[in-house]
Amino acid sequence: MSDINSRGYVNADALVSTDWVAKHGNDDGVRVVESNEDPLLYPSGHIPGAVEIDWAADLNDPLRRDYLDRDGFASLMSSKGISNDTTVVLYGDRSNWWACYALWIFQLFGHTNAKIMDGGRMKWEAEGRELTREAPDVTIANYSAPARDDSQVRAFRDDVLSHIGSSGKMIDVRSPEEYSGERLHMPDYPNEGALRGGHIPGAANVPWASAANEDGTFKDAAALRDIYESNAGLGSEDDVIVYCRIGERSSHTWFVLTNLLGYGNVRNYDGSWTEWGNSVGVPIEK
Amino acid sequence: MLEELDSLDRVERAQYLLELSDDFQEVPTSIATRPFPENRRVPKCESEAFVWAQEQDDGSLKFHYAVENPLGISARAMGVILDETLSGQPIDQVANVAPDIVHRIFGRQLSMGKGEGLAAMVEFTTFEARQRLTRRN
Repeated sequence: MSDINSRGYVNADALVSTDWVAKHGNDDGVRVVESNEDPLLYPSGHIPGAVEIDWAADLNDPLRRDYLDRDGFASLMSSKGISNDTTVVLYGDRSNWWACYALWIFQLFGHTNAKIMDGGRMKWEAEGRELTREAPDVTIANYSAPARDDSQVRAFRDDVLSHIGSSGKMIDVRSPEEYSGERLHMPDYPNEGALRGGHIPGAANVPWASAANEDGTFKDAAALRDIYESNAGLGSEDDVIVYCRIGERSSHTWFVLTNLLGYGNVRNYDGSWTEWGNSVGVPIEK
Repeated sequence: MLEELDSLDRVERAQYLLELSDDFQEVPTSIATRPFPENRRVPKCESEAFVWAQEQDDGSLKFHYAVENPLGISARAMGVILDETLSGQPIDQVANVAPDIVHRIFGRQLSMGKGEGLAAMVEFTTFEARQRLTRRN
């Protein structure tokens, strides 16, 4: 894959290469963080010095359906050796889908100095780079978190209803089968299921993985514009809401639109289909 | 095994399952060789797991697994667990194992995608037992 700076991204600094991480991952002021879907991947071997942030156990409130609060985020950051001025580099499995989810949550607390390692774990492994099972030596850091600000990059159900009312642009990043309503959930997994199938009226279907190459890296800006602008009708000035099932896959698309294409107004609806498809009285299209 | 898993915290559980994954032994060449037949592939499993059931003299089944995705660590752990706990057991018991056992093994915070794939391994395994039960009845 071509050099990140040659791909035409609006904010190429949001990405770092595997080479960069190999050289600078253990520099002072840099903390590499792995975030995966598979809970066994990190303990099976991780980039030397990398800490783990688990999408469910670390970032979600254990009781309410919500993210951790200011104290929880500050405590998490401290425990991972991250201070307010630390450059956080996130990587993970599934073409960085979970890493983007973590990065998006970091934005709720204003930690904008966060980047994604392009290609994620798959690329690091494919290049035969070192992985270790050794626990990193972490010094507890001081971290002062602001109150969580959900107003800029997060959308709630009522925001979506209002957005529909004003014919706002939406991207449903789920699979075509989920988008059409053909598929709801596996019978044994109603926790992430929905009573109704289909999609939010007006949403275009652009599966999240459209933005990724086979090696897990992000497609270049021209290819991304084809996907999101020529094909899905978005423009960089649009007010956009993205969603999926619980807001994790759509974090990947949020990252692409916001950082790689420079859209200034993209929100992730993390309630997503598990909320919308179970809500009484909301409109649904098939 | 389930009781032991219940007593572990998240980190201990991951370590325990990782050690199981390290013990994974792929299907012997006497049973199957690459390319593995598609009818042995576990549907919905992104770890590209395959399952075989070998009939034993006592009527029980010996289960074998292959996991083609190198990142399929949980799938390899699942293969070890299914082999260790279900191989050689009465097939009516194997047939009744519920796929949602994966949440007790891997924890409630397993993502839907990962849970589906692992549950499909259980489902494929228990289907082999149900098939034999149907034939014998």
